[in-house]
Amino acid sequence: MTENVIDVAGLTKKFGAKTVVDGFDMKVPKGSIYGFLGPNGSGKTTTIRMMCGLLKPDGGGGTALGYDIVTQSREIKARIGYMTQRFSLYEDLTVTENLAFVARLHEINDIKGRVAAALDEYELRPRANQLAGQLSGGWKQRMSLAAASLHDPQLLLLDEPTAGVDPKARRDFWERIRDKADKGVSVLVSTHYMDEAVQCDYIAFIAYGRKLIDAPAADIAKEVGLHTWRIEGGNLHAVYKQLSGAPGVDQVARFGAALHVSGRDAAALARAVEPFRADHDVMEAKTGMEEAFIYLMGGAEDNFK
Amino acid sequence: MKAAQKVFSWSRVLAVLAKEFIQMRRDRLTFAMMVGIPIAQLVLFGYAINTDPRHLPTLIEMGDSGPATRSLIQGLKNSGYFDIQGVIGHDGAGAALASGRTMFVVSIPPLFEEKLARGERPQVMLDIDASDPVAAGAGAGAMPGIVQQALKPFAAPGDIPVETVIHRRFNPAGRTAVNIVPGLLGVILTMTMVLITAIAITRETERGTLEALLTSPAQPLEVMIGKITPYVAVGFIQTAVMLAGARLLFAVPFLGNPLAFLVAVSLFILVNLSIGFLFSTMARTQMQAMQMTIFIFLPSILLSGFMFPFYGMPVWAQAIGQVLPTTHFIRAVRAVMLKGAGFGEVWANLWPLMAILAVIATLALRRYRRTLD
Repeated sequence: MTENVIDVAGLTKKFGAKTVVDGFDMKVPKGSIYGFLGPNGSGKTTTIRMMCGLLKPDGGGGTALGYDIVTQSREIKARIGYMTQRFSLYEDLTVTENLAFVARLHEINDIKGRVAAALDEYELRPRANQLAGQLSGGWKQRMSLAAASLHDPQLLLLDEPTAGVDPKARRDFWERIRDKADKGVSVLVSTHYMDEAVQCDYIAFIAYGRKLIDAPAADIAKEVGLHTWRIEGGNLHAVYKQLSGAPGVDQVARFGAALHVSGRDAAALARAVEPFRADHDVMEAKTGMEEAFIYLMGGAEDNFK
Repeated sequence: MKAAQKVFSWSRVLAVLAKEFIQMRRDRLTFAMMVGIPIAQLVLFGYAINTDPRHLPTLIEMGDSGPATRSLIQGLKNSGYFDIQGVIGHDGAGAALASGRTMFVVSIPPLFEEKLARGERPQVMLDIDASDPVAAGAGAGAMPGIVQQALKPFAAPGDIPVETVIHRRFNPAGRTAVNIVPGLLGVILTMTMVLITAIAITRETERGTLEALLTSPAQPLEVMIGKITPYVAVGFIQTAVMLAGARLLFAVPFLGNPLAFLVAVSLFILVNLSIGFLFSTMARTQMQAMQMTIFIFLPSILLSGFMFPFYGMPVWAQAIGQVLPTTHFIRAVRAVMLKGAGFGEVWANLWPLMAILAVIATLALRRYRRTLD
């Protein structure tokens, strides 16, 4: 039942003297969507590349889809779909030609039929004969997903698939990912967007090469152990300045027309916000994922810089 | 408050200028080109290139020996035009010239000393590889004077002691096109094959498509063979076009063994593709790949014997020329097309190509493996 499509431990990678990934462990249950979060340059891409056998780790090891990530990368490559961070299909080939090329690399039988099916499934028909370079970000991304899925991989590795894509296309993209997961495909997706992180089943947060947290998405806020108050109305900028660094306050962050004030010590935090009740609406709030991550990122910088 | 915006501002010009200098300094290859190419050109054109070539390799066919013969050989040596490399047997001249081993063969006829003493004006023959008219011209022009001067003591005063017969082989009319066109094949193949391969592979790295290829089940070797084969075909098409043009437009003959020619062309295309491949493993952008190509292209034009006589260059320039594949290819092609050579004569040029191919291909494969990681 709890079969893991990815099961790695102690993954370490050094580029020169710099340790990019340091003792990374992860288990991805089959059929789940696993969110991979972290600031830029935190080692997400390097970790993904190690987990699918593209990059040899300097330490640690494990399996992907039951194959050893160091010695059986060929088996892994044939069974995963990897969508790179950068658009990596040929801009001077048409959508159809690109898909056919990928299908040939995977030695798929009935290339024509499979490509036609993909054009329909991903609604690429209207642009089938257009050069990929002329497509907008959303179309390119859909085409990349189609290409990565052509050979029916059991595991999809998506490296920041929605970077630079408009909100509507992002929503559409996530529905497709959810469809895949429902069909039993496991998905590991790295992202910067909190609204996307919320849609994952599990979340791993990595910063400066280390995993800071790894839990079911619903438990993240609890894991971080933050309490949050919400303050609205009046001159919020003044409040922001007064509360930043105040005793009991670990973090002040602006969310639209409100401030979210968070801290680990509930009593101290309550005392800190008390004086503002007079001129502002002050209410207790549920700690969201975004507060949790801003908090984690701040801590990560302190720990590893 | 800021002052009103000026129509033209020197400080903005300076800002752009300063930025440009920073970028120029960061791009090492461009910087190397800006500094290196003028220096290289200066040295090459100033020292290496010599349109009045001297010290050209010469063999002597000794039909006789004696004081007059010795004096004649000494005269040839002293003239500076001929670099006497040895003695050759009867009828060996043709093969020695066809293989490119020598440029001149001086034949002393049998009974030379006797005839000279009797005042019978014996013939001294000079066989020239005239496929390169420039190199041939200097020696041919100087020869009669040198001979008469050297033999003066052996003849009556005011008498012309010997008759100098000059035999221009392979290109009797001294047409430069006959020599240039086969060489051009080497230069064109060098330029396009190296450049096309280097750019085609670097483009994949630059655009990120190589990463996708590597995540697919395709093996690096499969990718490499698939990518390079089309350009082998391009190389053969270029060769066919050049051959047809040489024949139809310039009436350049094709006298030798077509199979030897085909082997030479195939080897040469492979060498250039592996050079392009090597460059692609070092260049990060297509622009860099192009710049690297210039570094192989320039010496290939100037030091290969394509544009200027190879043996006219100083020894160090010849040494550089010897490691350029274009040098050996041009010799092979000239030998086959103009001198009617077969495998026997061309072998001397084929094995260096093979050696260069082995070295470059090994280097390229090693670097390619490293870039994958």
